[in-house]
Amino acid sequence: MKALRFERNVPRYAAAVAAGRMMPGAGAKVGPLRLRDVDPPDLPGPDWVRIRPRLSGICGSDLGTIDGTSSRYFEPIVSFPFVPGHEVVADREGTDGTDRVVLEPVLGCVTRNISPVCPACARGDLGNCERIAFGELEPGLQTGFCCDTGGGWSTQMVAHPSQLHVVPATMSDEAAVIVEPTACAVHGALAAIAGGVADTVVVLGSGTLGLLTIAALRHFTQAGTIIAVAKHPVQRELALSLGATTVVEPAELKRAVRRTTSSLALGDGHIDRLTGGADVVIDCVGSEASLAESLAVVRPKGRITMVGMPGHMHVDLTGLWQREITLAGAYAYGTEEIAVPGGTSRRARTFDLAFELVEAADLGRLVSATYPLARFTDAVAHAAAAGSRGGVKIAFDLRDEKERTRA
Amino acid sequence: MPRPGFVLDVDRSTPPVLFHHGEQFKLEKLPPGRSRIIYPGEPLDPLEDIDGAIHDALVNPTGDSEPLPALLRPGMKLTIAFDDISLPLPPMKRPDIRQRVIEQVLDMAAAAGVDDVHLIAALALHRRMTEDELRHAVGDRVYDAFAPHGLLYNHDAEDPDNLAFLGTTDKGEEVEINKRAAESDLLVYVNINIVSMDGGWKSTATGLSSYKSLRHHHNVKTMQHSKSFMDRHASELHSSNWRMGKVLKDSGVKVFQIETTINNNVFGTEGPMAVLQKREWEWNTKDRMSFMAMKAGLDRMSARSRRSIFQAYRAPHQLTSVQAGEVEAVHELTTANVLKQHLVPVEGQTDILTMGLPYICPYNVNSIMNPILVMCLGLGYFFNLYRGKPPVREGGVLIMSHPTPWEFHPVHHPSYIDFFEQVLAETTDPLVLEAKYEKQFAEDEWYRHLYRTSYAYHGVHPFYMWYWGAHAMQHLGQVIIVGGDVRAVRRLGFKPASTLQDALEMASDTVGRDASITHLHNPPILMADVT
Repeated sequence: MKALRFERNVPRYAAAVAAGRMMPGAGAKVGPLRLRDVDPPDLPGPDWVRIRPRLSGICGSDLGTIDGTSSRYFEPIVSFPFVPGHEVVADREGTDGTDRVVLEPVLGCVTRNISPVCPACARGDLGNCERIAFGELEPGLQTGFCCDTGGGWSTQMVAHPSQLHVVPATMSDEAAVIVEPTACAVHGALAAIAGGVADTVVVLGSGTLGLLTIAALRHFTQAGTIIAVAKHPVQRELALSLGATTVVEPAELKRAVRRTTSSLALGDGHIDRLTGGADVVIDCVGSEASLAESLAVVRPKGRITMVGMPGHMHVDLTGLWQREITLAGAYAYGTEEIAVPGGTSRRARTFDLAFELVEAADLGRLVSATYPLARFTDAVAHAAAAGSRGGVKIAFDLRDEKERTRA
Repeated sequence: MPRPGFVLDVDRSTPPVLFHHGEQFKLEKLPPGRSRIIYPGEPLDPLEDIDGAIHDALVNPTGDSEPLPALLRPGMKLTIAFDDISLPLPPMKRPDIRQRVIEQVLDMAAAAGVDDVHLIAALALHRRMTEDELRHAVGDRVYDAFAPHGLLYNHDAEDPDNLAFLGTTDKGEEVEINKRAAESDLLVYVNINIVSMDGGWKSTATGLSSYKSLRHHHNVKTMQHSKSFMDRHASELHSSNWRMGKVLKDSGVKVFQIETTINNNVFGTEGPMAVLQKREWEWNTKDRMSFMAMKAGLDRMSARSRRSIFQAYRAPHQLTSVQAGEVEAVHELTTANVLKQHLVPVEGQTDILTMGLPYICPYNVNSIMNPILVMCLGLGYFFNLYRGKPPVREGGVLIMSHPTPWEFHPVHHPSYIDFFEQVLAETTDPLVLEAKYEKQFAEDEWYRHLYRTSYAYHGVHPFYMWYWGAHAMQHLGQVIIVGGDVRAVRRLGFKPASTLQDALEMASDTVGRDASITHLHNPPILMADVT
């Protein structure tokens, strides 16, 4: 079968790092990601099934891997060679015919055939599974980073039934492929706003994750003013249409938050940082600069939630200490507790909420372009510059791949 | 004998005309047969004995006023207020005329045994003046004698403990001014009247007032009914200030007004800038070479370097008159002297008015001419430099030349940045932004802090700049900026054009292909007397 495979290759990795520094996404041309003809993965267990990807998205974490900017933190929890692609809508062939499914890619205890499951999996917090490097699968925090499962950037892969969610017949493939990143955003938004209420929320970054986070905030929380930071015109329009109150350019953020919160500011006309600020900042970028900016605009005892994938960074955390700011991460998904008006709450799987949101907010429109596997360098370059090229989510379209119909 | 201003009809032999373009210059060829240029008058002859003229004005006052020495007595409270950094433009070479006047007033006060004297920069909601700027205005001798003892300072319109509420006008306008000035036995106001808008009761009723008071005339309705605000008798802005002046008088505030006028000698007769003051067809070879060399040099410099050079420039303004005494009588003479220099008879209105905006306006001395100030200088000050009716017809087009950088001085103009980023992104309609945002900006605690303790214009100030252009916005069919930052020009709600020819082509959509064109050759300052 045809697959884009990421192989352990130190010289190519070094080349990808160098190229990626010159131009984001350029690591695809010279790095360890190669288009190969490979054998389909074996079924890891009797209950596993084969699925044939239809669309598979390119995520920010994929770009980090391709350009070699991801942290070495991941080394023990991935296994080579792996086929990337964890945002997947696929066909599943069953005894009752073929149905479309969305993959929930976290490889938790159940998929690893570990029993009893770890405390996190027992709680339904799959993203926090404590056994992602153990059990009957090779290490891999998710499908798409594990050598045993294959990934969405191929014509065939394997999945555990517990990972699959049936796609309603009325939902398009484009909408379905957005479900996985939407689940990340829903989890991030709900994790960021304790009790579901916050007067002022800043969403830093209006790429896919930022836009979906805005939609999730509007749909599932009682966020008051949502200030979105966007660099590009299309992002600005989408951010507003998905529920942002105000959209500002990165350089305008401190002033916008100051105005909204009637805060004072330090700096003589220039604003170094605010004395008050936003209740919650959701960092959907995950860079050194975005974290520093988050610290500058969050109020004392406020909360910063990192939804974008961070890495090594040098940031002055004095303000975190002095202003008693909570810095938290939000990774993947699992089970959510949603505040309901009246003081009660309900529990739901993040993916179920994501399906609900994708339909309600018409999020399939965020898929801007698709590419065949053969044009993977173009696809990756497009994804790395999606905002400036007027796009949001770039995906591989495998529906017409000839290899897809092979056994 | 200086030649008066006049209107030149452009024909094929007319050389390219000078356009100021921020810290740069352009020479533009105007279409012959349908264009005309309004030139300012040459600098009026200056007073030869300045100190003598000042002395004479103080001892022989105008109107119902005793000579200044007769108003001074031991034990009295004397306050001398003076115009701030916004006047004159560009700042004048030392000694500043304020220094010359204040020194004589202080000499007379000392001779009379007055020892309770305060000097206050009447800056209203403008930024505070720095020590250097105060020294420049009043001179080192005065500064060193008063400032170290806290007797020379900037007016603070946000200091509730030092404001006095004096009552309301018959139109319900609240009058609140600086408490020290209000409670003094005599308030001497020292003014520089660069344009006919300045002076009169506006000096005290505006310069020493608070937001509470200012808002009654610094608003859209007032500015839309000031046609123009350079013509006191047709200006609602002035009517309001004059009503406030009556409240001042009736509440016992005794004002001795000293007003001065200066001539059009902005660029001097020597040096590379001198050519800017000459009419193009009279440029000789030396002038042309000098201009081309200056232009080429400036074009090669960074914007920052150009700004530094121009902001360091001190103009050789010369005094043409000084009058002192009762406010209204003094101001009548002052206005006549200003108009003598500035008025140029103009017959009929034009379809397209062009202007080259210079590097400076009242609010960016030692600072940056941000896009809001570009708008204010063009649609506020220059557009309103008329008497009778605007030189451009209703529905006509205004074409301004200025680089209009998306750049702000963060210390001087912090609320301008927010106004530009937030308010103008939403609306450019003066009435809408006044209703929705003015109060929020006016009462913002951070802006208030920066106004009082740093060197920031008051939070509400960018709104006033916008209101200053309200009459023009209502009158004009289109505004085009040539050579401006495209994004900034669009944010202002105007159309950007790369060249004057492009702008004229764009204007033809509004006023037709054979539209008449009038170029306002300003600065030096002129005021069109349109019949």
